[in-house]
Amino acid sequence: MTYASKIDREQITHYKGSLMRFVDEFRDAEMAQVLSAQIMSLCEPGRQYKFMEVCGGHTHTIYKHGLEDYLPNTVTLVHGPGCPVCVIPMGRVDDAIFIATRPDVIMTTFGDMMRVPGGRGSFFDAKAQGADIRMVYSPLDSLRIAKDNPDKRVVFMAIGFETTAPSSAMTVLRAKALGLDNFSIFCNHVTIIPAIKAILDSPDLRLDGFIGPGHVSTVIGCRPYEFISRQYAKPLVTAGFEPLDILQSIAMILVQLDQGRCEVENQYTRVVPWNGNPRALEVISEVMELRPYFEWRGLGFISHSALRVRDAYADFDAEQIFEMPGVRVADPKACQCGEVLKGVLKPWECKVFGTACTPETPIGTCMVSSEGACAAYYNFGRFTRERVKEATRT
Amino acid sequence: MCLGIPGQVLEVLNDGADLAKVDVSGVRRKVNIGLLEHEQLGAGDWVLIHVGFALSKIDENEAEATLDMLKGMGQAYTDEMDALRESMIE
Repeated sequence: MTYASKIDREQITHYKGSLMRFVDEFRDAEMAQVLSAQIMSLCEPGRQYKFMEVCGGHTHTIYKHGLEDYLPNTVTLVHGPGCPVCVIPMGRVDDAIFIATRPDVIMTTFGDMMRVPGGRGSFFDAKAQGADIRMVYSPLDSLRIAKDNPDKRVVFMAIGFETTAPSSAMTVLRAKALGLDNFSIFCNHVTIIPAIKAILDSPDLRLDGFIGPGHVSTVIGCRPYEFISRQYAKPLVTAGFEPLDILQSIAMILVQLDQGRCEVENQYTRVVPWNGNPRALEVISEVMELRPYFEWRGLGFISHSALRVRDAYADFDAEQIFEMPGVRVADPKACQCGEVLKGVLKPWECKVFGTACTPETPIGTCMVSSEGACAAYYNFGRFTRERVKEATRT
Repeated sequence: MCLGIPGQVLEVLNDGADLAKVDVSGVRRKVNIGLLEHEQLGAGDWVLIHVGFALSKIDENEAEATLDMLKGMGQAYTDEMDALRESMIE
């Protein structure tokens, strides 16, 4: 019997119910210490644990708050592929720029996408050279631009996981309802489950459990993760974005391992319903369908891992409307984003991290978004910075 | 882009476009609430907004906690709010 069994699972759940309710307590370092002690006591002596946080938002929280300092050395957090701009392959960026540089096109995009490098530069570069590329807050803002510019064709660069896919789908439905014939989306939406499966099937990495994504799960719910516990015998706990949420999720995974269970659990019940958002799923499947395969930056081609616009909405599909090169572009040799996205390498272990590749001049996508593992390390890595220095000395 | 920002519903607009007027940290904008039609939102309700779409209904404590955390994020939060200010969903 391990010491861990003395920890009552109810006691941990208690933190979610009462202690995590009030704003001030989220920042309470004392609470973090309590959870830290629980995590420590739940770890089997001598056993190494590797947990993947799938979502880039979690990576951000982990480094911003130095959560690794609250974990014993035997617990390693591995950063997953859940950063939408990080997984866009260079060839798709080139295709988007190819469309954007047409004189009759206005490309609209989220700000995060502007610096993502393709084989021949980024949106920023293309804009500097005269392409009409506009940042929008919402795909719906593109519709107003389309209305105001009837002689132009407005293309929205649709990216993201299931969190943003319903927004793009709803925007297409709205464009159709408005009879807008000069609006389309360049659909690059990806789905999280095949990426997790690809990682589980990767021989490079042995994981003990997953911290499940928060916002993606508000759409897909928790059921789609059940294959992870059933087929791969790993626990997954869907987690919120507060530092204490993440620590608590790690404790919940460790409780499962200690009790010999592997299940899907939901720590983020405050926001994530077990069955997700059925309306959002319905809207996605009305407008989009799975592609047979799609290339992920660093992970390669993954079957049924991305969405395209259905033929019924071909008038709103930039891929049907415009010619584009569609050429696969290999990542720069120096860039090791692929290994970082699979969690095989820590960002600071990449040869160009912090030297040739910085948030200002990113070589790899992981350095672009604030949710990318490299940018998170670069901006907030505290003790890891020291390790970078050590690594570059040798 | 991936940030979910809490907003409080000021008014549900019955304009056939699934829009509601919301207040996000003092910034008042229209967002789409069509993905939450099952929640039957009304004035005073809190929602988590992603790229102009309310994706989940939350309670006030969660809204405050999330806003607090987002404000602590610095640049990412500032960028998101700047983008929101530019938004003119209709």
